[in-house]
Amino acid sequence: MLLVSVPVLLLLSVVGKDAADLPATDASFLPDLGLRSGGQPGPSLPASPTTSLDRFQVQPREEYASPGIALARSAEEPSATTEDGGESHRHGGGFQMVQWEWSYVQTPYIIAIWILVASVAKILFHFSQRFTTVVPESCMLILLGLVLGGIVLLTSKKQLYQLEPGLFFLFLLPTIVGDAGYFMPARLFFDNLGAILLYAVVGTLWNAFCTGFCLYGVKLMGIIDQKVQAGLMEFLLFGALISAVDPVAVLAVFEEVHVNETLFIIVFGESLLNDAVTVVLYKVYMSFVEVGPENVQTADYFKGVASFLIVSIGGTMVGLIFAALLAFITRFTKKVRIIEPLLVFLMVYLAYLTAELFSLSAILSMTFCGIGCNKYVEANISQKSRTTVKYTMKTLASIAETIIFIFLGISAVDKSKWAWDTGLISCTLIFIFVFRALGVVMQTWVLNWFRLVPLDKIDQVVMSYGGLRGAVAFALVVLLDAERVPAKDYFVATTIIVVFFTVMFQGLTIKPLVNWLKVPRATNRKPTINEEIHERAFDHCLTAVEDIAGLNGYHHWRDKWEQFDKNYLSKLLLRKSVYRKSELWEVYQKINIRDAISVIDQGGNVLTSARLSLPSMASRASFPEVTNVTNYLRENGSGVCLDLQVIDNVPGAKVEEESETHHFLAGNLYKPRRRYQSHYSRHFMTVGDHERQDREIFQRNMKSRMETFKTTRHKRHSHKKDRSQKKRRGSDVKEQDLNDKPRRNVSWQDKDPVVVTVESEDEKGEHLEPEKEEDVGITFVARKVPDTPKERPKSVPAGLEVCQSPSVAPPSPTCSERNLPWKGGIGTLPVCVSMEATKIIPIDLQQAWNQSISSLESLASPPGPVEPLHPRVSALSRLGGQRPVSYSGSGVSGSGFGSRGAGSIVAQGIARFEFPPGGEEKEEEEGALSDQEQELQPLVSSSVRPPGRRRNPCVYLRSLVTAPPPGSEPLARSRGPTQL
Amino acid sequence: MGSTNSTLSKIPNVEELMQETGFTPAHIVRLYDRFEALDKEKTGHLRPQDFGAINRLAMNPIGDRIIGAFFSPGQETVDFHSFVRILAHFRPADKKRPKDPSMPEPVNSRTSKLKYPPLVFSLISVAFQLYDQDKDGKISRAELLQVLRSMLEMQVTEEQLESIADRTIQEADLDKDDAISFEEFRKSLEKVNIDHKMSIRFLR
Repeated sequence: MLLVSVPVLLLLSVVGKDAADLPATDASFLPDLGLRSGGQPGPSLPASPTTSLDRFQVQPREEYASPGIALARSAEEPSATTEDGGESHRHGGGFQMVQWEWSYVQTPYIIAIWILVASVAKILFHFSQRFTTVVPESCMLILLGLVLGGIVLLTSKKQLYQLEPGLFFLFLLPTIVGDAGYFMPARLFFDNLGAILLYAVVGTLWNAFCTGFCLYGVKLMGIIDQKVQAGLMEFLLFGALISAVDPVAVLAVFEEVHVNETLFIIVFGESLLNDAVTVVLYKVYMSFVEVGPENVQTADYFKGVASFLIVSIGGTMVGLIFAALLAFITRFTKKVRIIEPLLVFLMVYLAYLTAELFSLSAILSMTFCGIGCNKYVEANISQKSRTTVKYTMKTLASIAETIIFIFLGISAVDKSKWAWDTGLISCTLIFIFVFRALGVVMQTWVLNWFRLVPLDKIDQVVMSYGGLRGAVAFALVVLLDAERVPAKDYFVATTIIVVFFTVMFQGLTIKPLVNWLKVPRATNRKPTINEEIHERAFDHCLTAVEDIAGLNGYHHWRDKWEQFDKNYLSKLLLRKSVYRKSELWEVYQKINIRDAISVIDQGGNVLTSARLSLPSMASRASFPEVTNVTNYLRENGSGVCLDLQVIDNVPGAKVEEESETHHFLAGNLYKPRRRYQSHYSRHFMTVGDHERQDREIFQRNMKSRMETFKTTRHKRHSHKKDRSQKKRRGSDVKEQDLNDKPRRNVSWQDKDPVVVTVESEDEKGEHLEPEKEEDVGITFVARKVPDTPKERPKSVPAGLEVCQSPSVAPPSPTCSERNLPWKGGIGTLPVCVSMEATKIIPIDLQQAWNQSISSLESLASPPGPVEPLHPRVSALSRLGGQRPVSYSGSGVSGSGFGSRGAGSIVAQGIARFEFPPGGEEKEEEEGALSDQEQELQPLVSSSVRPPGRRRNPCVYLRSLVTAPPPGSEPLARSRGPTQL
Repeated sequence: MGSTNSTLSKIPNVEELMQETGFTPAHIVRLYDRFEALDKEKTGHLRPQDFGAINRLAMNPIGDRIIGAFFSPGQETVDFHSFVRILAHFRPADKKRPKDPSMPEPVNSRTSKLKYPPLVFSLISVAFQLYDQDKDGKISRAELLQVLRSMLEMQVTEEQLESIADRTIQEADLDKDDAISFEEFRKSLEKVNIDHKMSIRFLR
């Protein structure tokens, strides 16, 4: 409570010097409050959070005391009970088992109840899809608020609740702005920054002055009733607070309309950035009103201008400083991932509060903190933290918005606010609409001289119409001092009407309008890797052209900024490991990961066989080491077309084949998913149906597989050393190595998914501690197929195979091969077709294929024995002790697609132990195996080995599954650098 | 703006040039000044070395390719007219053109450039040429790799480069010839408003 009350008080002192009015109003509520808290919760509703806040404001001392009460409570309790007991003894009663402690829990309880109401309301509205597409949620919430307010008014004869400025500015608004800033599409925002700034500053000033002056003029003309006692300053003040486009309302309405990104970012950006103007105008006029218009000196106007600069630039600076701080801090959270989300929230919120503290523009500060830190923070924190931040922010913002609109509705139902003056209200409505439209048209006209992409008339209509007023205006008008601004009640009533009109009427009609005007909508296109690359190339190209043409244009400066960012900022704010990654590479990985997920949904149960690891096209690049190009196969091989064309510059036939297969595989890949959605939506996480489906299927697959397989442990190792070597060896994990350190046993959940090929030194040290970068993706490793035929895995009946003991271990043939459909085809055809999957694989690739499959299987499974396990196997596994046992299960894919019965077979087949030479094992431990040795290794051994070196990328997929099943999922072996 | 006129008079066929490129006289003058500044030896032609002298261009990862785009095959030099024509590719569409009300797209969309159909076409082809260094009408894997290599920083390994390149080709490659033809290139960028992405604002 202390925490709550302090900022509230602080705000009161900061936001308006004349907050005295607030306590006054509150005081009137007090008796009622007392009644309620006295143990009679209202008939329909308990007290609201705002009421309790009011109480804080009115009686700060009580608030300060409250923590003390809470603390003392435990101490007092016993004595209290005994007293009670004594009394009850007197009364003949017993120990009082249940006590009514309403006053103790009141505040949090009420808050929780309100949030619950808001949530339930939201749920209810979304029951009817058709309804919600027509009526914006904000309208419904306001209506609900009106109803609730009516109930309260009827029952208690007095409106107890309203949208309290303190609550609004300190808690509700920051959650929305924080969310907006953090997830602001930065590139879009800065591309349009000029337009946004113009509209935000000039547009808001224009609106404020024109509305104010014209209202004054209308008043002089007598259209506004004489009861409205307001002079020029009052009207200017009113114009200032009513003219600002409101971020909350804009968001609420626009995100349901889905106009194109440019339009959205301009309107929304304006609504955020005009905060500085609003704050300054408000403060300036407040002081003018205080001293009286006649005492205002010329210097004061200049002070006002200076104040604007300070408030806006200061706010921005505070935000950026906090952004840098936040990014810097998250550099060091590697070992305490769990607090990463908290840090993000804290610092962003602190940016807001700090700006408030210095009476700077808090919204600006928070917005720029979010925009500024996003890039670095997102890169620094783990995938899970990212998700947490995202969900939490969206949740909070969504609920805050709901509460705001409900309370706006409730606030309207209050007799004290019904100071109706038709002239004032209608004039205000007309003026704000007309001046908004005028302002937009004029500014756009100017802007289009400079804009690359001019805003056309339709855009201007939508922008004019989208100038929604909202809760900020309401909160500001409530903050007015009734003594100094006698017309406050009229202003409040007018503001409410204006807000309702814009949010409800315009909100309701903007969608049809947009449809009617055929405003370009936001496209749901997902950038492909092609577009990523080409657009980057374009940027470079334009920069160069600007240089050639001798222009210092936008691209010139952006390029400079990027250089600066790369050379200094990123170095300072990003982790070393992250810093070394290339952005484009990251994009590529992300796209690949999505593809991988989507493949799973196609792949059904055949997960294991779905992966192909290719020894790679390294030769092409004249790179000695093997590159692994990993691709998922689409499992339902229907309509697969094989691309057998030879790549022009492929040197060797073998490589050609490989690349063909690769090509073929990749040809079947899904189109990359969207990397990001630039459209801003607070309520939806932009998870497409597709993705959801992917996850579900993936999860199902995982579960069934986990039941089937036993754990294989895979180890993590530092990739620090020669990357290529590691990759090669990546798949070799010596399960047999009894000397394995216990850490090997770490279940895959704990493992580091980091597959980053470019490992830096610090990674090396890290390998034990999971740097949970689940998003790294999956790395599939293909071992280069040895040319020696003898080393090829022989097919052995599954039963026999199982029997081999690890220690004895000549390289055991993969039982799986037998099961593999294409096995039969080996050697005869250049291409084998697998029966199940209809996959066509060039011979040379078959080994790689098998290998990859087996490696997939060999992925760690849970330590516990799994049911269908062959007895022998389980015995062996027991033998293995804690060490995770890896099975090479190439066979699985062949026969046992996902069915339970097949599972046992699979398990048996898989249960082959690897018998890499001891030397290798050791080497692997140290990661020092030479490449040559590796190459000579039979495929089998390579395949058998668990993916040890590299962190397993599968983890990422696993992480996608909400609850990782006990079993582990053999997904892929990471041998190559390629990550999906 | 007396200097404007005097400069303009120095340029042969300036009317035609303006007609063709849509640049205003102020643009032309500005570009001419720039051209003169680059043309240190006052030959009236720019050679690749002249472009190379631009400092920031040297830091541009694909700067050489862009310089190359200024020189038509077989030519060692570029005169002012070609210089302006090339730059005109990057000029935003003429926004004063009266807008067809039935067009939902923004003014500057590709359709609005119908006035200069060759420009639109060549805008993409300029981009395409950035990749297609051997001018065979296809972006081969090797060519793509080269561009990628120059655009990505040192941190990226060759393998990563290759996988990106492969991926890129597979994605765009419709006829499965393992290269990106011009048509495929255009298709892959179909959804991108290339006029927006590839335009710069010339100061007036």
